[in-house]
Amino acid sequence: MADAFSGIVSPAAMPMTPDQAIADRPLQVAGITLSSRLVVGTGKYATMAGMVRCLEASGTDCVTVAVRRERLVTAAGEKILDFLDPARFTLLPNTAGCFNADDAVRVARLGRELLRDLGNPGSEWVKLEVLGDPRTLLPDPVGTLEATARLVEDGFAVLVYTSDDPVVARRLKAAGAASVMPAGSPIGSGQGILNPNNLRICLEELKGNDPDYPVIVDAGVGTASDVAAAMELGVDGVLLNTAIARAAEPERMAHAMRAACFAGRQAYLAGRIPRRLYATASSPEEGVIGRVPRSSGGNPASSPEEGVIGRVPRGSAPLPGQAGE
Amino acid sequence: MSSPAVGDHGDSTHRSAESGSVGVTVNGQRREVPAGGSAHDLVVALGLVGRPLAVEVNGRVVPRARLADCMLEAESVIEIVTLVGGG
Repeated sequence: MADAFSGIVSPAAMPMTPDQAIADRPLQVAGITLSSRLVVGTGKYATMAGMVRCLEASGTDCVTVAVRRERLVTAAGEKILDFLDPARFTLLPNTAGCFNADDAVRVARLGRELLRDLGNPGSEWVKLEVLGDPRTLLPDPVGTLEATARLVEDGFAVLVYTSDDPVVARRLKAAGAASVMPAGSPIGSGQGILNPNNLRICLEELKGNDPDYPVIVDAGVGTASDVAAAMELGVDGVLLNTAIARAAEPERMAHAMRAACFAGRQAYLAGRIPRRLYATASSPEEGVIGRVPRSSGGNPASSPEEGVIGRVPRGSAPLPGQAGE
Repeated sequence: MSSPAVGDHGDSTHRSAESGSVGVTVNGQRREVPAGGSAHDLVVALGLVGRPLAVEVNGRVVPRARLADCMLEAESVIEIVTLVGGG
C-alpha cells in the first residue's frame, strides 16, 4: 500500500510504466489509504478461486462482503475468509438486503463483530445500504439518512450507497458519512452512468469546499467505459461487482476495469479539452501544396486579413484540398 | 443435527417434553436448547466452532469473548451470521 503522502501511485493503480507524469495521490477514506480506486464486490462469482483471480486482476485492495445467516444444516461450506486475506484486502461489510434503518444498523454491528480481531483496517467500516424497493433496489433516502446518523454516532465509518440526488448527498455528508456513494444506475443493471450531470452536481455539493472528500460511484457499471466515464467526472473511485463477476470472461473484464479506472482518473487529472461544434485542424493550415500562400512577402500581415474589398470572403467558397485532421 | 441437545423440529407442537429445555428461535427456526445453556453452548451444539461468526441475541450483538456468559432464556431470538460474497 502506498504511503499516504508519498505522492506516488502504487503498482496496483498503475498498469503502465511508472512515470512522474502519471503520479497521483492515493485514495483516502476515513483515514485509510487505498492504493486502487476500484472497490470490488465478492458476490456472484462461480468459484472462490475465480473470484480471487479477478480481485487480483482488478488491482483492488478493498472488497465488499455481505453478512448472512450461517446455514445451520450444512455449515461445512467454503468460508470466504479462507480466500480473502484481511491483511491484503480492506474488507468492507455491507448491509445489502436491508429495507429499513433498524435492520441495517443491526447488520452493520454484526459485520463489525465478524471483523473484530482480524487485524483488518476496515473493521469499523460499513457500506450502508437501506433499500426502498425490491425491484429497482433504489435506496430509501429517509431510512438511509437515519441509519447513517445512528451508525456515525456508534463510531462507524459509513460509506453510504445513495441515489445521484445532490440534495440527499449533501444531507448524508452532513450526517457524518465518511464517503457518499451515488449510484450510476440501478444495482446490477449494467446501465452505466445514466445522469452524469447529477453526478457533477453531487461532486460540487460534496467537494466544493472540501476537495479531498471521497465520492465513489457505487453500482450500475456494465463495462469498462462506464468506469472511465465516472472517473473522468472527477469521482474518487468506483465500486462494482456484477460487471466483472458476470462477464463472459470475468478475469479479462477485471483487467479492463483496472485499466479503465486508471485511464479515467488520468484523463480527469489531465483536463479534457472543451467540446466545440466545429472542427479545428490538427495539421498546419499553412504550406498546403497547390494553394496560394496567404502572405507572399514573408512578413506576417499586421493589418486584418479579413474584410479587404474586392476579395472573396473566406468560407464562401472552400479551397480544394482543405486539410482535415 | 449433530447433537441431540438441539432439536430441529421446526414446529412448536412437537417441542420436546424433556424437562429443562427451553424454546428459542435461531436464524428464524424454532429450536429446543437446554435450560441454562449459553450462546457458546449453542454454537458448539450447532457444530459452528471455528467458523467466523457473529451472534446476536434479542437484537444485541454478543461479543465473541462473552458468548459463554450469555445465558439463553425461553423465547430468545438468536441470529448467527457469517461473511459471504456480496457487492
